[in-house]
Amino acid sequence: MTMIERRSLLAGAAAAPVLAGWTRRRAKAQAANTIRVALLCDFSGTYRDVTGPTELACIRQAAAEFNATGMNVEVVFADNQNRPDVGSNVTRTWIDRDGVDAVVDGGASSVALAVNDIVREKNKVFLNTSSATSDLTGRACSPNTVHWTYDTWMLARSTGGATVKAGGDAWFFITADYAFGHALERDTANFVKAQGGRVLGQVRTPFPGTTDFSSFLVQAVAARPKVIGLANAGSDTVNCIKQASEFGLGRRGIRLASLLMFLPDVHAIGLSTAQGLICTETFYWDLNDRTRAFKAKMRPQVSVPLCMNHAGGYAAVLHYLKAAADMGVAAAKASGAETVARMKAMPCDDDCFGPGRIREDGRKLHPAYLFQVKSPEESRGEWDYYKLLQTTPGEDAFRPMSEGGCAFVRS
Amino acid sequence: MDDIFGIPAPLLFGQLLLGLINGAFYAMLSLGLAVIFGLLNIVNMAHGAQFMMGAFAAWMLLAWFGIGYWWALLLAPIIIAITGIILERLLISRLYKLDHLYGLLLTFGLALIIEGVFRNEFGSSGLPYRIPDALSGAWDLGFMFMPVYRGWVVIAALVLCLATWLIIEKTRLGAYLRAATENAALVQAFGVNVPRMVTLTYGFGVALAAVGGVLAAPIYSVNPQMGSNLIIVVFATVVIGGMGSILGAILTGFTLGVVEGLTKVFWPEASATVIFVIMAIVLLARPAGLFGRA
Repeated sequence: MTMIERRSLLAGAAAAPVLAGWTRRRAKAQAANTIRVALLCDFSGTYRDVTGPTELACIRQAAAEFNATGMNVEVVFADNQNRPDVGSNVTRTWIDRDGVDAVVDGGASSVALAVNDIVREKNKVFLNTSSATSDLTGRACSPNTVHWTYDTWMLARSTGGATVKAGGDAWFFITADYAFGHALERDTANFVKAQGGRVLGQVRTPFPGTTDFSSFLVQAVAARPKVIGLANAGSDTVNCIKQASEFGLGRRGIRLASLLMFLPDVHAIGLSTAQGLICTETFYWDLNDRTRAFKAKMRPQVSVPLCMNHAGGYAAVLHYLKAAADMGVAAAKASGAETVARMKAMPCDDDCFGPGRIREDGRKLHPAYLFQVKSPEESRGEWDYYKLLQTTPGEDAFRPMSEGGCAFVRS
Repeated sequence: MDDIFGIPAPLLFGQLLLGLINGAFYAMLSLGLAVIFGLLNIVNMAHGAQFMMGAFAAWMLLAWFGIGYWWALLLAPIIIAITGIILERLLISRLYKLDHLYGLLLTFGLALIIEGVFRNEFGSSGLPYRIPDALSGAWDLGFMFMPVYRGWVVIAALVLCLATWLIIEKTRLGAYLRAATENAALVQAFGVNVPRMVTLTYGFGVALAAVGGVLAAPIYSVNPQMGSNLIIVVFATVVIGGMGSILGAILTGFTLGVVEGLTKVFWPEASATVIFVIMAIVLLARPAGLFGRA
């Protein structure tokens, strides 16, 4: 090594700490003006398509729209692997080490309930956009949480209610054996019974890891129900519907109630098998000009059909950022509960869900749409899968606050 | 109606039959694994991914080239076997002299990569694949509705399993293969091209996984996780049957399918665990497996 090289090396070594200190100071100054939003959901398993990369694209879209206004929004993400322990660890690391201000989604209900507790303990914000359990605004409600997109009570009322009304009054449930499945079964069973229907039985299927549902379908048929309620989601629902059609359930007059089905699921099943099924979502790209504009905006960035969870990620983050901008970034970073309180005080309006509001218990209120899956002949183009059957206004679609049992609302 | 343990007999028969159908998949997949392990000493963790590739190959043939189910049943295994042969030549063949663990890690890594690529390309919620017209519909057996397609799966699996067993146990080619596992150098000295035979054996094992994938495509959602959901159970099957035992893999596959099916009736929540409980018991009582040689 020649002298000159060594000298320049030494000079460089001396300069390094100075440079590092400078960038660190600059980063610190920037951090004070930066909102960090973190998406936690399934990126590799059965719920990947209904959340995952597509939801990430939607959240980045919301962040980009805000970055344009001069606020600095950073988006990070992680795979929860549908496991509460993984979700909890990631959330703690994000908040304790990485300075995350808001956790978005949470994913599977079991994970979401764990994240819910941590975010409350750390006084950050939890924008839940794809978990189903209505307990998030019931016994597990938190002043730091907004439950945006849908919940099991709403699905039970919309899909379950419509099915009972159409004569399906004897039910058997095929239930995913964890928090979400139990909540969806419970809420639907309550509805069925309240409307004079009967629940003949249920079978709890291991989650994750069940691919063959034929055995459970045969058990269900043996109970002679009029309706088999699918209290599951993602590829579990897809497999159930495919296999029910294989075992000729429809021909024997037994209806399937897909209590939670998303547009990507319909895409996966195919219209020839899925046609005629009913399901409930709070967003569909072809509802009105604003939703169509949202699709047009997102289409180049996504590969799976947009569903309500994706839209929920966009809309919840957008509203959160509006509140943060309104109260100032520093104040928003200081207290999650204050930020959520501001979100509740501000009326919501976005392209996906239209005007709405967030109730005191953290429940976002917007209309619920009951859809029927089109036949292959009726479908005219890309993602054209749903016919709108019925709209329930936001104030009626969700469980009344008085029935939820949310502790901090009563006090 | 007669009850057996509080369950109506017809329902129980139905469940036995369904268990047998799932057992057909377990048998077919564990057979491929057993062939590969028995002759190559490689624990092929990529087997689930190759099963999934078989299903995707069937879907691609239909969606991209309009080639239907019956041709897919022939072509998909050939295509996937070729990819397997390439893998064996490029990577796996370098590990024969090392400990089993290296092969396990390599194929496990390959499985993760393959699944990741398919997930990125096709998403996770799956793709539709229809039951071929000739096999759609169902028989009414009195005690249950039996889809024609499921019956076909059992028959196809039985024929494949039996044929494989015959080839390996009763033909001259099978004798070469078995001899090569005992003493490769000696067999080579007799003028048999052992490396080529080993490569083709791996291709054959992979083809078995791919056939399973094509058979599964119309029943299960064709998605990148479909293999990883099955593979753990299939490994348990191979371990219970005895590593490398062809007959053990086949019999255990069908038996475990039935046991799992019955568990789904009596204690559904435990149906994902029961096979591993059996595996633990078998390993304690007979570490070499039910049909394995200690």
